[in-house]
Amino acid sequence: MDQLLNDFSPGLFVMQLVVLGILLFLLAKFAWKPILNSLDEREEGIQNALDQAENARKEMQNLQADNEKMIKEARAERDAMMKEAREIKDNIIAEAKEEASEQATIMIENAKATIKQEQQAAIAELKKNVADLSINIAQQVVRKELASQDDQLKLVEGMLEEVTLN
Amino acid sequence: MYNLIGAGLIVIGGGIGLGQIGGKAMEGIARQPEAAGKIQTAMIIIGALLEGLAFGALILGR
Amino acid sequence: MTIAQKSIKFFTVLALVFTSFGAFAGDGDKKSSDNDGGQVNTKQEINDYIKHHLADSHDFAFYSYTNDAGERKHIGFPLPVIVKTSKGIKTFMSSKFHHNDDGTVIVDAGDVKLVKIHSKIYELEEGATTVTFDETHHATNATKTLDFSITKSVFGMLFAGLLMFLGFGSLAKGYKKGAIPTGVGRLLEPLVLYVRDEIARPNIGEKKYKRFMPYLLTVFFFIWILNLLGLTPLGFNVTGQIAVTACLAIFTLVVYITSGTKDFWAHTLWMPGVPKILRPVLAVIELVGFILIKPFSLLVRLFANITAGHFVVMSLIALMMTLKAQFGAVASTGISLVLTLFISVIEILVAFLQAFIFTMLSALFIGMAVEEHDHEHADAH
Repeated sequence: MDQLLNDFSPGLFVMQLVVLGILLFLLAKFAWKPILNSLDEREEGIQNALDQAENARKEMQNLQADNEKMIKEARAERDAMMKEAREIKDNIIAEAKEEASEQATIMIENAKATIKQEQQAAIAELKKNVADLSINIAQQVVRKELASQDDQLKLVEGMLEEVTLN
Repeated sequence: MYNLIGAGLIVIGGGIGLGQIGGKAMEGIARQPEAAGKIQTAMIIIGALLEGLAFGALILGR
Repeated sequence: MTIAQKSIKFFTVLALVFTSFGAFAGDGDKKSSDNDGGQVNTKQEINDYIKHHLADSHDFAFYSYTNDAGERKHIGFPLPVIVKTSKGIKTFMSSKFHHNDDGTVIVDAGDVKLVKIHSKIYELEEGATTVTFDETHHATNATKTLDFSITKSVFGMLFAGLLMFLGFGSLAKGYKKGAIPTGVGRLLEPLVLYVRDEIARPNIGEKKYKRFMPYLLTVFFFIWILNLLGLTPLGFNVTGQIAVTACLAIFTLVVYITSGTKDFWAHTLWMPGVPKILRPVLAVIELVGFILIKPFSLLVRLFANITAGHFVVMSLIALMMTLKAQFGAVASTGISLVLTLFISVIEILVAFLQAFIFTMLSALFIGMAVEEHDHEHADAH
């Protein structure tokens, strides 16, 4: 220990303090700062480039996924549209059929009704005509053969009753 | 004379300590070769601390 | 992991490069061992020589020899001496001491007389003409001066600083031209990244590490370069000077004390989660640990490692002389060379390791000081 203290040179200590202090200052200013900054910058640049590449890769993947999705969607849409069209077609056909049959029924009904009406009308007319005709015939017959009005009427009524319509 | 004996004792103690450190570090590396770098660094630091102690004792006792 | 592998590769290459240096270092130290007047042969002389090398020196000597006329010639250059004496600051070149290191050459610096004893400059007391020593070889009539000289260590520091400034300055400039450095920057950039990613980030934390990067980088490269300079034949021993390591440790201390957060001080001075009676005791222990023990262990570790390394290398070189009697010149030189080579390679590893550990522990202590505790769990600590 004594030997050590004897070896210790305060002057050298002070010189070292000065030299190291100056060295530290100069190197920090002119060497370490630019070196460390450049290293950081370079590393940052490399990191950025890597990040960018990764991002681009991800974007590519996303794009591809998007494409696939779009294709799928388009396909699904097409299928849906086809299906819809088919449905619409079927509907239209079915509706048309229904309508047609309805129309037909209506027409038939109408026709039937008309026929009935016409028939009735025809019958009524026929009746009238027949009555007129009968009266005319009867008049002519009776004018000649029957003098009395009462006889004539009795005869006509009897005759009419005999005539069964329809 | 006594300080020489003391120096010898210090060296023996330091030697045992360093042996322990080195041996255990080797075991550690053998068990986990992938951690070799970390174990080596830790080993060197502990070795240095021990060495500092031993040298300190040697110099103070000289 | 890849960084670790890369750095391992790098250090292997570096180690191979410096292996040749290590051998050369041995060579150079051998030559300069003639430095202090005559050849170094006996054990005592070897010890003195090693001591001389481990101490700081006021001149820069590559090697010395004795010429035909019997004069000592020293190849090298003197360094300026700046000392604060009782009569003010004196400056002169160290050549005035004529490589004398035992106080026999007296330099008359105007109104004070200065001598150099074991690489330290003493001021002679008034009226004294020669230095007198007591039996433990301490000067009795001379006092130590405050020595601000550009000694070999200061020269080494300046050299390392210049190297760092040039190297990292060029690296910083290189980034202006492009994101990838060229030339020497390619070598330095991985090291900067290593300090950032392996030392600062894991220990200080992602949020705050940026503030301390300049300090950690400076200290790491400063220590590493000086450690490696110590292995060259130039014979620097900068990080083996206790004043230098003390200064580094105090820098770290100042950095982590001034950057301590409120949480850190709260935990240090009034530890939550322990009985109130124990808290003052713990506060004292923690404070002593942070202010005394941690910096002390930092400074002693670096100093002791480097000093021990130099000591071992030089002792092994000295085997050449000490074993000559038993094994002969060739065999002893061979033994010395092989062992020195081996230890030099280890020393290269130690040079890096000590710089790494100093920086690592600094970062660890800074990390402890700037750590933000989660207040919800504060009581659980």
